[in-house]
Amino acid sequence: MKIPNRLARNARQFGTFAVFVVLCAVISILTPHFLSVSNLLNVAQQTVINAIIAVGLTYVIISAGIDLSVGSILAFSGVVMGQALGAGLPLPLAIAAGVAVGTGCGAVNGLLIAYGRLPPFIATLGMMSVARGAALLVTDGRPVSGFSESFRWLATGEVMGVPVPVLIMILVYVAAHFVLRRTKFGRYTFAIGGNEEAALLSGVPVRLYKLGIYAVCGGLAGLASVILTARLNSAQPIAGLSYELDAIAATVIGGTSLMGGRGSVVGTLLGALIMGVLRNGLNLLGVSSFIQQVVIGAVIIAAVLLDTFLKNSKR
Amino acid sequence: MNERPALLQMQGITKRYPGVVALEEVDLEVRRGEVHFLLGENGAGKSTLMKILAGAVQRDAGTIIIDGCISELRSPREANDAGVSIIYQEFNLVPHLTVAENIFLGREPAARLPGLIDRARMEQEAQQRLTELGVVIRPDAVVDDLGVAEQQMVEVAKALSIDAKILIMDEPTSALTNQEITRLFHVIRTLRDRGVAIIYISHRMEELHRIGDRVTVMRDGRHIATRELTSTHLNELITLMVGRALTEHFPKVAVPAGEELLRVEGLKRTGVLHGISLTLHRGEVVGLAGLMGSGRTELARAIFGADPVDGGRIWVRGKEAKLDSPRAAIALGLGFLTEDRKRQGLVLGLDVTANTCLANLDRFSAAGIVSPGQEMAVAKKLTADLRVKTPDLHQLVVNLSGGNQQKVVLAKWLCREAEILIFDEPTRGIDVGSKVEIYQLINRLAAEGKAVLMISSEMPEILGMSDRILVMHRGSIAGEFSAAEATQEKILHCAVGAKAA
Ligand SMILES: Nc1ncnc2c1ncn2[C@@H]1O[C@H](COP(=O)(O)OP(=O)(O)OP(=O)(O)O)[C@@H](O)[C@H]1O
Ligand SMILES: [Mg+2]
Repeated sequence: MKIPNRLARNARQFGTFAVFVVLCAVISILTPHFLSVSNLLNVAQQTVINAIIAVGLTYVIISAGIDLSVGSILAFSGVVMGQALGAGLPLPLAIAAGVAVGTGCGAVNGLLIAYGRLPPFIATLGMMSVARGAALLVTDGRPVSGFSESFRWLATGEVMGVPVPVLIMILVYVAAHFVLRRTKFGRYTFAIGGNEEAALLSGVPVRLYKLGIYAVCGGLAGLASVILTARLNSAQPIAGLSYELDAIAATVIGGTSLMGGRGSVVGTLLGALIMGVLRNGLNLLGVSSFIQQVVIGAVIIAAVLLDTFLKNSKR
Repeated sequence: MNERPALLQMQGITKRYPGVVALEEVDLEVRRGEVHFLLGENGAGKSTLMKILAGAVQRDAGTIIIDGCISELRSPREANDAGVSIIYQEFNLVPHLTVAENIFLGREPAARLPGLIDRARMEQEAQQRLTELGVVIRPDAVVDDLGVAEQQMVEVAKALSIDAKILIMDEPTSALTNQEITRLFHVIRTLRDRGVAIIYISHRMEELHRIGDRVTVMRDGRHIATRELTSTHLNELITLMVGRALTEHFPKVAVPAGEELLRVEGLKRTGVLHGISLTLHRGEVVGLAGLMGSGRTELARAIFGADPVDGGRIWVRGKEAKLDSPRAAIALGLGFLTEDRKRQGLVLGLDVTANTCLANLDRFSAAGIVSPGQEMAVAKKLTADLRVKTPDLHQLVVNLSGGNQQKVVLAKWLCREAEILIFDEPTRGIDVGSKVEIYQLINRLAAEGKAVLMISSEMPEILGMSDRILVMHRGSIAGEFSAAEATQEKILHCAVGAKAA
């Protein structure tokens, strides 16, 4: 009795996983190069940034919110960190500054939403513009480039054959999964998204936790900017354009409900990987980038359709 | 006996969910012009059977014959076309639309220009339906602003606005007070005399002989018996339903009242509460009676810090307290079981364990990390105590039957071990057997020195379980009775605003 029940509850995740496997299989048949170790690492590398940002969005979306500002926050954190490095700040401090800027921007989002009662869409739409503007302002619109070898190691280095960014991503996912499933923070995130009123009447400090959720989301955008900056060896004020949409897409493909209250970090990782594999596969096949956009859009829609279909067929 | 022809035949209906067999080869036969009761414990499968008839849930097996025609009933629309109309156990109103818009949702009267809605006519007809039901609700009021009872009446009006051959009512009275019930029954009788078949689900046993003609008893997803009500005794039905005899319905154990736990003085909220004062002592169960809209829930919310107040003072355990948020109230040992479990009580997308422990997560976590073992242990104990019917502790609450959901809300506050408990309709939708268990639980809480303020629209419950009874009328306390002096007449008299004798 127990096993089918468990299976049914995780049907969506198995579904995403199946899509992922089928996708990989199809691409590897069409182009055998896909399965080479170097290419797979390449896919992982390309997925890292989106995957890390999408973790934050998963939390936000489970809490029935949305964050449109992560792309801009990424750019702003990046340039602040770049300037800190340029000013000769020690590496760990500069990185901390970058992540702190992201967390701060996210916290401002949270304040506006939780205490100012602004709709998340509006608050983060505003932040999207403010953070972008701030990034352009502090750099005068010019990229900050040329960093030390030790900083660039964060993007180029390897530990036991695994690229450092991939390692960071794995750590982020393990932690995020644990927090979502096993801590008060995670439980309250679900409760707030599932039924804010019931959570409030159960004594959950709803506003405080909302603030925390958006702060974490901003902080993860900051963390992503560290990797991106190290990889490009340059902090660009125009970095991260439309990254929020990729992250939302990964989250939704992974089965997190835009209505809140339902979702998983594991699903999001699969969602990000599906997007990464798809892009990579289409590149290998030499499909034009215009067509790629069409395909990726179709996949997002198909994923949500699948979701709706699964939900209705259970009636 | 005049055998009327069967209007509806459901044969061999089976429905399985993962881990649960909700219905197993259930037969049901309903005649034209009868009120057919469906009786069964929480989770027996009544609502599922009705959802299948209403096209909202698809059966795994079985045939449905309406008026001699085999009906597939693949969607609510098909069911509507076949003449089936339903009032669901859980509300299905669109909160941000008006009463009239909800009543005519999907069937809006057309204006002369295509695509436009004839608002005036819609509101006028809605008004007419509501007047028939004898309730004062403005058709242009937004549903979200209505109380549970008012919403229930809107649901009834909505179902009546469809000319149905078969009208299903899934616990329509669980949120209503006597007055509205009387009016509703009047409407039901009129419909029955017009030849409509009414399938009626309720856990209020006194309604059986008041309104029912025949009854079908279900247990564990199976059909147990179908009887004529005129020739069947209530106790026999209860035995059929719960599988054992119930001796006492209100096992009240009086506990001597101890020190004062809660004192409220002059609590005001403009337009809603007009200077309410009351006290609660250890070991006391205080009943709070009143009509729909008399301000009972509003009072509970104000005490609990869920709504802002405009005046008044509150003392908890003799110390003045500022209860400006539910969190503050909970920290001082208050618990509030809300009347609307779906909107305020439960996070439907979380499982039984998470909901049970939601108000007390600190107890199960160290450094922010929740211990699943501890959580499960407590949830296991409480769900067993309350006899929650669920395949396992990880079942999402949304998949439980209505009565079992209500038990989970109860479990949440038991888990919190609150000392001052405000129960707003605690037995709403709970079956007779489990009701007795909940009453015993209330006794136990009182014996442990806790205080219970019990809001209830069920007069027998108020009379049977309270040490003291407060009656509200239009936002004020209109009367107070001791258990010994209280009678149904006195309370009703007081509740409608006549001066207390
Ligand atoms: N969507 C679902 N998924 C899984 N189980 C379900 C679902 N819907 C109902 N069930 C299960 O089917 C059984 C019958 O539920 P149903 O709602 O029909 O009970 P009921 O007789 O109406 O009870 P109540 O008096 O409490 O309203 C219950 O055990 C319930 O948990
Ligand atoms: Mg039911």
